[in-house]
Amino acid sequence: MGKRVGMEVSIAAAEAVKQCNVDVISAYPITPQTHIVEHLADVVANGEMDAEFFCVESEHSALSVCVGSEATGARSFTCTSSQGLALMSEITFIASGLRLPIVMILANRAISAPLSIWNDHSDAMMVRDCGWIQFFTENGQEVYDHVFISYKVAEDRDVLFPVIINMDGFILSHVIEPIELIGQEKIDQFLPPYRPLHSLHPDKPVTMGAFALPSIFAEAKMAQEVALRSSMPKILETWKAFGDMTGRYYKPIETYKAENADTILVTMGSFGETASVAVDKMREEGRAVGLVKIRLWRPFPFEDFKKAVQGAKNVVVIDRAVSTGGPKGPVASELRSALYGEPVHPAVYCFVAGISGRDVTPKDFVKMVEKAEIEIEEGNKEGYEIYGVRE
Amino acid sequence: MTKPESEWTWKELTVGNVVLEPGNASEYRTGDWKSLKPVLTKELCIHCGLCYIYCPDMAYNLNEEGYFIADLFYCKGCGICAKECPTGAIKMVVEEEGK
Repeated sequence: MGKRVGMEVSIAAAEAVKQCNVDVISAYPITPQTHIVEHLADVVANGEMDAEFFCVESEHSALSVCVGSEATGARSFTCTSSQGLALMSEITFIASGLRLPIVMILANRAISAPLSIWNDHSDAMMVRDCGWIQFFTENGQEVYDHVFISYKVAEDRDVLFPVIINMDGFILSHVIEPIELIGQEKIDQFLPPYRPLHSLHPDKPVTMGAFALPSIFAEAKMAQEVALRSSMPKILETWKAFGDMTGRYYKPIETYKAENADTILVTMGSFGETASVAVDKMREEGRAVGLVKIRLWRPFPFEDFKKAVQGAKNVVVIDRAVSTGGPKGPVASELRSALYGEPVHPAVYCFVAGISGRDVTPKDFVKMVEKAEIEIEEGNKEGYEIYGVRE
Repeated sequence: MTKPESEWTWKELTVGNVVLEPGNASEYRTGDWKSLKPVLTKELCIHCGLCYIYCPDMAYNLNEEGYFIADLFYCKGCGICAKECPTGAIKMVVEEEGK
């Protein structure tokens, strides 16, 4: 076991970035991501880290700088939240299209309006289709670990995609947790210096970001789609190697007491820990309730998910964003379509809960399970509601 | 380019669609875009080179006789040369009719 210290998760995340020997940090401060950037600014200014820290005037520029620096072969990092990601969103598609292995931490926060600084997943869902590998983390240790894992996966020659590490704003970013730090020697072994496949250099001119005519655009998108889907084995391989090094093994889909469960709760991010407390309580009462936590959001692990909910009668999805006017919450609608082709599949009941940081306690998870079970029993198999709204 | 872009399969593309061949924009026939083409009346030309200077595509080249002639492979037919020509030696002509 490595050294375990109590530290704020944002600081742990910044320390991980430092341990990755990142060359370029470019970010614009926004709540609740601020502590990560502030700590990195300190570390660079104090000479503890040999990196360029770019103070930019907007998030659009923050990610644009990373695209430029990564294109020259410099390991680059940025982080943001909510409106910041909205401003960056144009460049997110460019980074993945150019296959630049940038790593971004997204301290998840609600999107305005109404203006809110609190946590939900509406920012992450906004860029759901931006072509990045996307992880959702459950606690501080996962955030810290996934900085190393993300660079290792992203820079693999068989992958070459940018990565978003989602961490719930405040719930994770501002909380002090025990973090098991990894020694620098181990990190250096796990994560060798970045060797880009193509890079901008005057000695060997190349063009990045050229335009594509309609005659070739579809082929370019097909190549990108196949490549992102094909990154799965490398993600699994990297998690395995990381587990062998630290003893902490990660999977695309995590299950908790899900075996022989009639009803399965599905969560992403920090809700997993609260939901597991609710599952413990319900199991104690003799109810067959389990939990499935989605860690890998893109590429989506369809087979693992189907396997995890196999045999369940009810799947209760806790979404943390509203797909206004769409088919339920964004996670629930994807899971429902993932299961649609199965000969026998569970009912998928969707709750949108905890948007803009409203507390969702273990009791609330119990209530949602109870409500869904009754509704499904009564024939409302595809229910959808925003939980806890005052009538 | 060994074959036209329209024949490439998705598997043949470079990672990130990086163009590894420097300067291959010269293979792109921007001349396809035009509806008007510049026609020079040599008798009026004073060899000032303003067409060459103003051409936004650098399509004009000096020929052996000392005239600036637009390379129609690149000329997009914008008409700036005709507008800037101080003697009116360049006229924009509908491409089909000019053939």
